[in-house]
Amino acid sequence: MAISTSPDRLPDAAEILEPSPAALMRRRAFRHYGLIIGGGFLALIVFVALAAPFIAPHDPYDQELTRRLIPPIWHDKGTWEYPLGTDGFGRGYLSRTMYGAQVSLLIGFTVMLISGVIGTAMGIAAGYFGGRFDMIITFIITTRLAMPAILVALAVVALVGSSTTVVIWVLGLLLWDRFAVVMRSTTQQIRNLDYVAAAEAAGCSTLRILMTEIMPNVFNALIVVATLEVAHAVLLEAALSFLGLGVQPPTPSWGLMISEGKGHMFFKPWLIAIPGFALFVMILCINMLGDGIRDVTAPENRN
Amino acid sequence: MLVYAVKRFGLALLVLVAVSVITFTLLRLSGDPAAAMAGESATAEDIEYVRKHYGFDRSLPVQYWDWATKAMQGDLGRSIYLKQPVAQIIIEKAPVTMKLGAIALTFALVLSIPLGVLAAMRPNTLVDRTALTISVIGQAFPSFFFALILIYVFGVALRWLPITGTDTWWHFIMPAVTLGYYATPAIMRLTRAGMIEVLGSDYIRTARAKGLRPGIVLFKHALRNAIIPVVSLSAVQLGFMLGGSIVIETIFSMHGIGRLAWQSIQRSDFEMMQAIVLTIACFYIVLTFLADLLNAFLDPRIRVH
Repeated sequence: MAISTSPDRLPDAAEILEPSPAALMRRRAFRHYGLIIGGGFLALIVFVALAAPFIAPHDPYDQELTRRLIPPIWHDKGTWEYPLGTDGFGRGYLSRTMYGAQVSLLIGFTVMLISGVIGTAMGIAAGYFGGRFDMIITFIITTRLAMPAILVALAVVALVGSSTTVVIWVLGLLLWDRFAVVMRSTTQQIRNLDYVAAAEAAGCSTLRILMTEIMPNVFNALIVVATLEVAHAVLLEAALSFLGLGVQPPTPSWGLMISEGKGHMFFKPWLIAIPGFALFVMILCINMLGDGIRDVTAPENRN
Repeated sequence: MLVYAVKRFGLALLVLVAVSVITFTLLRLSGDPAAAMAGESATAEDIEYVRKHYGFDRSLPVQYWDWATKAMQGDLGRSIYLKQPVAQIIIEKAPVTMKLGAIALTFALVLSIPLGVLAAMRPNTLVDRTALTISVIGQAFPSFFFALILIYVFGVALRWLPITGTDTWWHFIMPAVTLGYYATPAIMRLTRAGMIEVLGSDYIRTARAKGLRPGIVLFKHALRNAIIPVVSLSAVQLGFMLGGSIVIETIFSMHGIGRLAWQSIQRSDFEMMQAIVLTIACFYIVLTFLADLLNAFLDPRIRVH
């Protein structure tokens, strides 16, 4: 009881010990501008996406043909009722852009989860078991890389019929290559370390070694790839929707909005500039976050 | 070297076969070629007739074998829509896409290698940081959006460059820039990393100590070694560009393989889609194979593994 109240109190453990790796990591994180800016803006975008039903000024599907193609507020003819103007169907562009963030993030995230599970399982298995197993998985990865992803995705989506679910599954089943490549090489490095040998010698089961020795140590690399793959998936979804074979109208997807605005772009350039800029900012933020996490968790891998 | 080359060639062939099997199966499972051939107004009997007539009622492995044996003799089938041999159409369209890819890669290399070298000479300085920042920002631009910006600025506002077509070299500038800029960050980073590593090595210090001119040390001694991994990356990137050409060629209305792919997808032209995926995969496989060989030639250590 008397320990903390005595005037010459004992020093905290933190004052004696070296800062822990976690503390060092936090320190690096707070000094990393890219991470803070990218992460901060991304958090804002995620907030807007989630809160869109409450903060969007209009229903993104509500068509009003008397209010077609109102310019944004920085134009002379802009009105505050529609801060970013309206599209060719008279739908509020600000509301559609906000809901578009929802669509992009939803697709980006779920695609990343699907491809992450596939790629990570393949990569870790190849890296851990090696030998013939590794050969087969490397061959599968090489085959996947040889197939033009966007072309295959377009063809399959067109044949099956385009919908958000189809797009998510097709992209998820196609984009696992980077997960597999990175997880394979990271696992290979860790597999030869002493603590894995120790766990094997102690008679741990393979599953336990994978779960308690390998997984925690490849986790940082996994997070970095996962972040960058969200950006990759968002970009591909936008490209598919732009070509008309992704998310279907009237769903507000940024790629689709750019495609719809394309016809008016010479006289009403904001129709493509606004969703294009939104897409650009989102990708930039995700990439900055991913690069930042890599710098902070593994500064030695920076170059 | 010969053993290595033969092994690699065998692997490349295997990958090509695997790609063809997967593409064939994937397309057949996704849609019905008989229905696509019969057209939209076809009745169930019509479709059934087409299915029988063209053998789509047989099992998939049998159909694949049939297709593959013909493909090996150079017959990739006939386009349902264009009523011409698929191989002939692809050969007609290929030069545009290859020209586009070559210009795009040249653009990417001309931009990224000097930037990478510059960044490596002064790591963590303003030059380095600026180059990295530009590459990060560049990578965030979706290619189709970037293409539209270029069209708006250089095609419409300034009227410097033509927007559509493939008639002159001028027509290739905007598409090649759009296709190529996406590869620059990766090539730049790899050049930079390679140069930093090489510039710190002993033989560069020796070369400098001998009093060689800095330019010679930099380009003859350092860059030549640092560029080796860039060769294989360029091959991979060129392969990706051929795949990405579908978006770019569609936007700029260029009559290459990419736009053909887009049209075939819209027409459910099975034979055509299959052949195009295979052609692009083939390009990629040949490119990576050549890059592997070139690498092994340049760096004897690779051959041993």
